[in-house]
Amino acid sequence: MADPILAVECLMKSFGGLRATNDLSIAVERGECHAIIGPNGAGKTTFISQLQGMLRPDAGAIRLDGQDITREPAHVRARLGIARSFQITSLVPDFSVLDHAALAVQARSGHSFRFWRPARGDAALTGPARDALATVGLSPRATTLARDLSHGEARQLELAIAIAQKPKLLLLDEPMAGMGRKDGAAMTRLLAELKKDYSIILVEHDMQAVFSLADRISVLVAGHVIKTGAPDEIRNDPDVRAAYLGH
Amino acid sequence: MADRAPIGSGWRERAPAVLIVFLLAATPLVARALGDPFIVKVATRVVVFAIAAVALNFVVGFGGLVSLCHAGLFGVGGYVVGVLAWHDFNAEPLLFLPGTSNLLVSIPAAAVVVGLLAAIVGAISLRTSGPYFLMITLAFNQMFYYGAVALQKYGGEDGLQIMSNVTLGPFDMSDRYRFFYLALAFLAAAMFVLGRVVRSRFGMALRAASRNETRVIAVGVDPWRYRLVAFVISGVVVGIAGALLAAGQQFISPVDMGWDRSGDLVVMTVLGGIGSVWGPALGAAAFVVLELVLSSWTSHWQLAFGLLVILIVVGLRGGLADLGALAFGRRGTETAHG
Repeated sequence: MADPILAVECLMKSFGGLRATNDLSIAVERGECHAIIGPNGAGKTTFISQLQGMLRPDAGAIRLDGQDITREPAHVRARLGIARSFQITSLVPDFSVLDHAALAVQARSGHSFRFWRPARGDAALTGPARDALATVGLSPRATTLARDLSHGEARQLELAIAIAQKPKLLLLDEPMAGMGRKDGAAMTRLLAELKKDYSIILVEHDMQAVFSLADRISVLVAGHVIKTGAPDEIRNDPDVRAAYLGH
Repeated sequence: MADRAPIGSGWRERAPAVLIVFLLAATPLVARALGDPFIVKVATRVVVFAIAAVALNFVVGFGGLVSLCHAGLFGVGGYVVGVLAWHDFNAEPLLFLPGTSNLLVSIPAAAVVVGLLAAIVGAISLRTSGPYFLMITLAFNQMFYYGAVALQKYGGEDGLQIMSNVTLGPFDMSDRYRFFYLALAFLAAAMFVLGRVVRSRFGMALRAASRNETRVIAVGVDPWRYRLVAFVISGVVVGIAGALLAAGQQFISPVDMGWDRSGDLVVMTVLGGIGSVWGPALGAAAFVVLELVLSSWTSHWQLAFGLLVILIVVGLRGGLADLGALAFGRRGTETAHG
């Protein structure tokens, strides 16, 4: 395949005797929304964590936009263009919604060794931060503290932070986790908008959302990709049905 | 408190700090009116420890780093002033440099020396976190302590008396009132500067890292570098406080830098409230005054003091700063941009 945004080759990761990632290879095309599905314990979050850099693979290679990032620490990868929204919401309780997005803008725009000017009210930060909030529909909640957000709003904020990083690749780890049907539908619409602008890896249990959003789907079983293909292929694949969808 | 009040900006946030400085500035007038210069001595001690507590809280409250080496750094700052004054008094060069009793030289010298030490301590101890960080900073504190005890030339265990007259440029600083206002100016400057820093980009990154390290790494911030710089800034300020302690009481001794003193600084900080820049100044004032009053009643003053600390910390979960916040009609539930 020509020039993918992300190329993963033969990734391996074991925890003791458990092979959480077993010879995993995947290529994500530019502008593609690539969903990763699989039964519980298939190693989806472990895989995402290795892409983001929180976990180091035992073997294999990860290339982002042609650059080998296998050995780069997580904060460097973020600067290189990988943004992750967490499966379990990860926010700063006493920071406002806008603060979160502004922090992402600030991190993207170079080092933060600026000691004098107040960060709040710095238009260079709040401008792009407000844009990110507007994209996910959180503008009215800009001054609300993270600890006062509803679950659905916190999930939206996770996404806004990732967008504010202006990443080359969005890693979305179950963006709809714990959402009701109404919030879930709103999130699906939002993701449908985002996929126009971003290359996305989407891990999600909501199959309706996955099949409507994904350009391609990879099926992960026991840390190994057993099949990659368009949604229709995956839906009708007998192996996949046996491993996963059938029950 | 469990949920710390968010740091906002503007006049309302600074008002308590300004009020603290004004109230302290009035104490010499009270001392004059009552004809009791001892009050100025106590007020000076309050101000010096307030600077130290504000400095410590920069890493505790905003960096999430409970350091137990700050009394050591504080003491080293004091020894820099003391040793320079000793060489001035004895007209003996220190290596090849002459000594000095001029605070225009010795306070910056203390700040630089302690800042460098803080950089070394930070670079090593920030490799760890939690209880390990506590233990390593405690170990460094004891190294500084025994280092001071070993300075036989400068009094060793007995401490170092400053025999010369301390000056600030052309001004004689042995005048108690004058020295008090010098110290107060440093407290005001420390609260103002650190207040700016916690609201800057640097401060935002530092504070976010202290509350959720995973989150800041995920957006591309390496917490370690920010913590190290914060530790050095805190060290510089606590070094200045130590320099002022030595210059003000014309004396510095290892007793001022024991590990229990590091614990006292943490108590002052938490007692005052770690959610604001100025809170620990209240804690230092309460600590110094209570220590004085209670110890004049009974030698078991620490028992009563401990109970009081527990009551305050449990009752006002944001420390004494909560009282100020109540007075100014602010609680932690308000939004951050108010």
